[in-house]
Amino acid sequence: MSGMIVIGASAGGVQALLTLLPALPAQFPRPILIVLHVPPDRDHGLVTLFRARCAMHVCEAEDKQAPVPGTIYFAPANYHLLVESGGSMALSADDPVNHSRPSIDLLFETAADAMRSRLIAVLLTGANADGAMGLRAVARAGGTAIVEDPDTAQVRAMPAAGLALCPDAVRLVINTIAPYLLRLA
Amino acid sequence: MIDEVAPSDIDDIEIELLLEALYRRYHYDFRHYARASIKRRLIQARGRLGVASFSALQEQLLRDPAMLAKLLNYLTVQVSEMFRDPSYFRALRERVIPHLRTYPSLKVWVAGCSNGEEVYSLSILFREEGLDQRTLFYATDINPKALKAAEAGVYQLDQIRKFTENHQKSGARTSLSDYYVADYDRAIFDSSLRANVVFSDHSLATDSAFAEMHLISCRNVLIYFDRDLQERAVGLFEESLVRRGFLGLGHKESLRFSDHVAGFANFSREEKIYQRRER
Ligand SMILES: C[S@@+](CC[C@H](N)C(=O)[O-])C[C@H]1O[C@@H](n2cnc3c(N)ncnc32)[C@H](O)[C@@H]1O
Repeated sequence: MSGMIVIGASAGGVQALLTLLPALPAQFPRPILIVLHVPPDRDHGLVTLFRARCAMHVCEAEDKQAPVPGTIYFAPANYHLLVESGGSMALSADDPVNHSRPSIDLLFETAADAMRSRLIAVLLTGANADGAMGLRAVARAGGTAIVEDPDTAQVRAMPAAGLALCPDAVRLVINTIAPYLLRLA
Repeated sequence: MIDEVAPSDIDDIEIELLLEALYRRYHYDFRHYARASIKRRLIQARGRLGVASFSALQEQLLRDPAMLAKLLNYLTVQVSEMFRDPSYFRALRERVIPHLRTYPSLKVWVAGCSNGEEVYSLSILFREEGLDQRTLFYATDINPKALKAAEAGVYQLDQIRKFTENHQKSGARTSLSDYYVADYDRAIFDSSLRANVVFSDHSLATDSAFAEMHLISCRNVLIYFDRDLQERAVGLFEESLVRRGFLGLGHKESLRFSDHVAGFANFSREEKIYQRRER
């Protein structure tokens, strides 16, 4: 696999992703793995919601499956989503990390370890600091770190925490993220 | 000239050696566990046990068996609940139990029983359905501390609310409070619930099959394994089940990609319950 994109979002995340994801074409050349904090219900309904609006294929991440280009994978409710060294996805029912399961940090850190410079990580709106450590790990491993501009994000805490730990991250307004990803791809 | 290597790559080498040492010295085999999760938990262990590197940890582990017990608590994940995913237990109650009723005696295996939450749940469910007298339960795990806790059947009182809610959602015919007494901050479960339970140390990675099981419940264990080890475990289950016996997995586990899929029929797709084929 040539590369991978990971996205983390919390409060305000559905709205932000509704701006970002439908702007990407069906043949987008990388898989996109997403952790969005939602209440730990059995089915969070994200797949149905986004499938109806995205050109890319949308599904729930499955344990030990290899992600494929042109596809968006959502972490299932109540499970962590990790990336294995070969690039395949793994789920775990470990304890929540900083009160979150799935945890953005866990996705970003394991993906950074597996993909190194071939990883692009995007941290969006949210009311906590999940993802900030992960973003730093992505940058340290040579990957590309992108943060939604806290000034225009629906909730600024999470992107601001990301920038605090990873000051060199690319800072973008939400509707410019998709065009930016298209240029990188 | 020798290439530069990222610190994380050195960790990977050391982890591989550590797991090899653990296997050779103590016969605990974590070599085929999903590596990303193992790595994360070993990094935690390295920090909390105050060792500088995985090599240093390996040296201590080889010489000091006390380190084994400590390390096992990092390498295995003991997160569980009574009646976890109530819809699974409801499906067992409503759809599997009617089949099990037709047998004069029953054997049930809970593989990866952790602190016992799952086997006590089944014991209560079987009692509610009037099958407890004819059922023998085997509850197995590799973590000795978890097995001990399972045999004791004592849980924190603050977990009981969740357990009770789950139990009710599983289609309960009784109240969970019928089965425990509260003592300060603990709930002590009735020993009669484990009268028909055999607790034992058994590894899906290194041990062999059981015989003639009617139901195997192995939930949230296979996700910690890589594909090869998952195949081994599912092979053991297939071998251990009677014809038309049932296998229940966790909600995010499935036989869909397994080589053994042909040996099983989907009994409940939603609840990941399979039935062994006649053949
Ligand atoms: C997350 S717990 C699952 C507990 C319970 N089945 C549930 O679903 O709530 C995983 C358990 O699997 C056990 N385990 C790990 N490796 C194992 C192996 N090779 N054989 C048997 N049990 C194992 C761990 O010690 C732990 O108790």
